[in-house]
Amino acid sequence: MADYKEIITRYKDLPGGIIEAYHAIQKEQSYLPEEAIIAAAEVFEIPVKDAYGVATFYSMFSVKSRGKNVIRICESAPCHIAGAADVVAALEKELGIKMGETTPDGKFALEFTECVGQCQATPVITINGKPYGDITADKIPAILAEYK
Amino acid sequence: MANVTIDGIKVSVPDGSTILQAAQVAGVRVPTLCYHPDQAVKANCRVCVCEVEGQRLLQAACSQPVYDGMVVKTHSPKVVEARKTILELILAHHPQDCLSCIRNQNCELQALAEEYAIRENPFEKMVRGLPKDTSTPSIVRDPDKCVLCRRCVYACSVFQSVNALGLENRGNHAMVVPSLGKDLLDSPCVMCGQCIHACPVGAITENEQIDEFLAAVADPDKVVVTQIAPAIRVAIGEEVGMKTGEMPMEVFVAGLRQLGFDYVLHTNFTADLTILEEGNELLKRLKEGGKLPMFTSCSPGWINFCETFYPDLLDNLSTCKSPQQMFGALVKTYWAEKMGIDPAKIYSVSIMPCTAKKFEASRPEMKDSGFRDVDLVLTTREVGRLFRMAGIDFSKLAPSKFDSWMGAYTGAAVIFGATGGVMEAALRTVYEVVTGKTLEDLNFTFARGMEGIKEAEIDLDGTKVKVAIGHGLANARKLMDQVRAGQSPYHFIEIMACPGGCIGGGGQPLTKANVKRAERIDAIYVEDEGLPLRKSHENPEVKVLYEEFLHEPLGHKSHELLHTHYTPKNKKFL
Amino acid sequence: MAEEMRVVLRNYGKIDPLKIDDYINAGGYKSLEKARSMSQMDVINEVKKSGLRGRGGAGFNCGQKWTFAYQAQADQKYVICNADEGEPGTYKDRIIMENDPHSVLEGMAICGYAIGATKGYIYCRGEYPYVVDILNTAIAQAKEKGVLGNFDVEVRMGAGAYVCGEETALIESIEGHRGEPRYKPPFPPVIGLWGKPTIVNNVETFANIAVILEKGADWYAGLGAPSYPGTKVLTLTGDVVNKTFVEVPTNTTIRQVIYEFGGGIAGGKAFKAVQIGGTSGGFIPASLLDTQIDFDSMAAIGATLGSGAVLVMDETRDIVDVVERIAKFFEHESCGKCAPCREGTMRMHKLMSKVNQGKGTAQDVALMDKLGRVMSVACLCGLGQAAPSPVLTTIKHFKADYDAKLQ
Ligand SMILES: Cc1cc2nc3c(=O)[nH]c(=O)nc-3n(C[C@H](O)[C@H](O)[C@H](O)COP(=O)(O)O)c2cc1C
Ligand code: SF4
Ligand code: SF4
Ligand code: SF4
Ligand code: SF4
Ligand code: FES
Ligand code: FES
Repeated sequence: MADYKEIITRYKDLPGGIIEAYHAIQKEQSYLPEEAIIAAAEVFEIPVKDAYGVATFYSMFSVKSRGKNVIRICESAPCHIAGAADVVAALEKELGIKMGETTPDGKFALEFTECVGQCQATPVITINGKPYGDITADKIPAILAEYK
Repeated sequence: MANVTIDGIKVSVPDGSTILQAAQVAGVRVPTLCYHPDQAVKANCRVCVCEVEGQRLLQAACSQPVYDGMVVKTHSPKVVEARKTILELILAHHPQDCLSCIRNQNCELQALAEEYAIRENPFEKMVRGLPKDTSTPSIVRDPDKCVLCRRCVYACSVFQSVNALGLENRGNHAMVVPSLGKDLLDSPCVMCGQCIHACPVGAITENEQIDEFLAAVADPDKVVVTQIAPAIRVAIGEEVGMKTGEMPMEVFVAGLRQLGFDYVLHTNFTADLTILEEGNELLKRLKEGGKLPMFTSCSPGWINFCETFYPDLLDNLSTCKSPQQMFGALVKTYWAEKMGIDPAKIYSVSIMPCTAKKFEASRPEMKDSGFRDVDLVLTTREVGRLFRMAGIDFSKLAPSKFDSWMGAYTGAAVIFGATGGVMEAALRTVYEVVTGKTLEDLNFTFARGMEGIKEAEIDLDGTKVKVAIGHGLANARKLMDQVRAGQSPYHFIEIMACPGGCIGGGGQPLTKANVKRAERIDAIYVEDEGLPLRKSHENPEVKVLYEEFLHEPLGHKSHELLHTHYTPKNKKFL
Repeated sequence: MAEEMRVVLRNYGKIDPLKIDDYINAGGYKSLEKARSMSQMDVINEVKKSGLRGRGGAGFNCGQKWTFAYQAQADQKYVICNADEGEPGTYKDRIIMENDPHSVLEGMAICGYAIGATKGYIYCRGEYPYVVDILNTAIAQAKEKGVLGNFDVEVRMGAGAYVCGEETALIESIEGHRGEPRYKPPFPPVIGLWGKPTIVNNVETFANIAVILEKGADWYAGLGAPSYPGTKVLTLTGDVVNKTFVEVPTNTTIRQVIYEFGGGIAGGKAFKAVQIGGTSGGFIPASLLDTQIDFDSMAAIGATLGSGAVLVMDETRDIVDVVERIAKFFEHESCGKCAPCREGTMRMHKLMSKVNQGKGTAQDVALMDKLGRVMSVACLCGLGQAAPSPVLTTIKHFKADYDAKLQ
């Protein structure tokens, strides 16, 4: 388990830096556990209810545990008409899970996202923030292999 | 000044006024939902939107400042369409079980639905179906009814600095929840109930225990005894169509007998007793170098707050139980003995302005009589409902007196109901005890009124005592931080959890605006002024109690029955 | 044949974005030097005179906005670059930042000098961590060279919230709060970040500033459409041959954008609709393709230029299906603060789904029309106000698509 307090304290002198601190936590373990939220409240000297309010507002943050590698599929209109639904089907089949779920080995989580700004190459997915464009079903195994 | 036209009516209002304020001046009522007169503007419900000439967008009257020459229509067809649609949207997502709702006929949303003639809602009804939060003995949250106005969040964080409530998620999944999405009991909530006053609807309410009362009076084996807190009389009339302060005490007592209480006694009696115990405790601490400043301990919301946020300062709290709990311990011992009633049969009901009292009565240590000292706590609002249920016409009711031995009281007890009252009552007694002289002017006016923190230096014949009064927990926090930092100049601090003191307690008739609290405070001092005895140590029944039972303040029996200890709450998070 | 005009992207492909010397050798940071030799008001007046209007969507006169912040008295003021770029189909700010980060920093520093701010923030969306790296490199290099003088810039990251592109939500987010918009007035140039006067401008807006000072306001005012001069970087997506970005003068027509720069409709199919300005933009039918893309011409046809995203749909596309997807976007991205948007975006999505599934009725369409009308005037911020426009414009221009699905 990561030392949340230590990670968060790096951002202490950044006014309003809680969002940066949460990013740093999620780099370590892909979601924001309760203890991390409480630690953030302590470090930034804000009520826990506010630290929690922030953690649950932004779609890149999760307060529930999820797979180590977060795969996000863009479903915004340009990717939608470029066949995002086929990408969803292919990934669900490849990983054996549904959208919103995590693989039993805890390696992958599947989520939707809105546009990630790579629309020259629709449909797009990201894995841990790294974008992959012009996705087709046959490209998926090779991409996933990078994370296995 | 800005010249503004509201629905054709020309008014001149100070610069920086909002449309809402200008409309008030023009005599036009603009509907609101998230707006709260004592809180910062939120502008999130959009129910107050109005049309401003020359602008495509409608503007929220509560947030939009006026400018010179502004022409506003508060009721154009475009405005009405918008308001109706917004109300339809809110109602389609709302349980609408008004008939069985605690806020029936006293609900801002219901009133708006009536005003805007919302009938066939074009949006399909969808209710979240979330469970109620009944984790505390005091407060019930019904998240399905929440309209997300955030008034409770403001009350809890800004007025009370407790920060128990916050937001979760966003968009249509956004909700107001206790911290970390937990039950209220796991949050730092101190059960003060100020969120109830803030809430426009039935999403946060008291834990209503009317059925438990009805069962008790139906039980022939029970002797149902009640005590009435000092802040009740001035407010109870509001529940039955009277003005603030208008209910005569003895008519109120008669009403309570109609409800089936076997004996009607008064918390004012133990309020006077508190002054004797607490006053002597203060003098002892002053003399023997005890922990100072000493804090008052009658407000259970405040006790919860201290145990939660200032566990390091618990030794500063007076060890005196609150008047409610002193009463509870005595009624099943001293009073039972005196009346020749088996204490096991006594069912002790207190009528309180306070939701935190429900919790206080359930504390495991509050069993010094050998039984649970206070069996049931009803708030002023619950008693109001019982009165309406019983169909009592108070104008025709013959007055009735309190029952003996724990029913007499002085003006000093009456003012317990207002912020500064405990301080003033204590000073009236302490002055005479210390100086041995008669106090000429009983009115310590520095202690009165809605100012958040009040302070004074009192000269007790040479001994100077510095005192402070805080009401509303945000003010308490300021005083406590001073103490914690070792910079408090005070010897004695009175804290009431609720703004205005108990007259503004979480169980009182719903009080959206502080002006109402000020009105009740005025009524309290009128009552004090009219009483023959106004110093606690002159209470004749308290004298008897000491002579026959307690023997002396802070004595052995007092320690057993009237004093308590405090425990840090050790909350997992704040 | 219309031609690209690269003003904002003047250095694209010509310099190494990770080398500040390349930027300086291309004439970079000269305008900042020049600005500092002018009075603050002269700088602002030059920007005002150029007619530059914000490229983030609202189209407010840039110099005018700076004037408000300049006039506000405060011990501290802030400059914020809005790099949240959340409009689906938009990636032009990324192209600018990835290829010429210093042009943005220079614009911010000029603004800082003009309004009297020594601190700047770039709020970059959380989806662009790789852009954040480039920006941080550029800032480090600029600091090392000392080109920014006393102007300090810091990058802050969003975390997945479209609404944080709205300037007051963005400010809340930098402050470390939930990204919920504030009510206005007061506007940020008067009360902004941490209560101080704050200028929020888009990446592309800032990237224009140095050129304006270099070549003069009159030169800039003469480019493109007179009421919205200059160029606009557009990103083409959907059924066009060239899914790419282009920078064109603002008097270019939609038809030119699609057929000349976009290479026309892919697969030899026919055009059906184009949505401009991102997901909050209106849908435009073939009959209006000769409209110029400038802000006012677009507003006149009930559409928007917005962020400059151009989503082209061919004859095979199901408009109702696309709009349902868009409605879901707004339900998901509503911050939830105000009632008409929180409830309205959810209802709109529900109703669109119902219609798209063939279960809708004419009343449902009429209800969406009314709901959209109310949301567009009553919501607290631009998100809720713009959310219904795809629904409203498609009900208007593509009624047949709806009718075909009704019961
Ligand atoms: C929902 C919403 C999202 C927005 N997103 C962006 C954005 O991603 N980037 C941006 O520059 N402006 C965005 N804006 C506009 C900003 O509020 C603001 O007007 C703009 O940043 C001002 O800069 P400009 O004057 O240079 O355009 C958005 C507005 C709204 C209402
Ligand atoms: S909260 Fe108001 S509108 Fe809702 S059910 Fe209760 S009384 Fe009716
Ligand atoms: S009862 Fe008091 S402390 Fe608890 S949530 Fe309500 S306002 Fe906050
Ligand atoms: S619980 Fe009541 S006061 Fe709190 S947000 Fe909901 S409706 Fe408003
Ligand atoms: S319009 Fe939507 S995004 Fe804007 S404040 Fe209201 S709920 Fe939030
Ligand atoms: S629409 Fe999918 S990346 Fe932009
Ligand atoms: S009362 Fe004005 S927006 Fe709610």
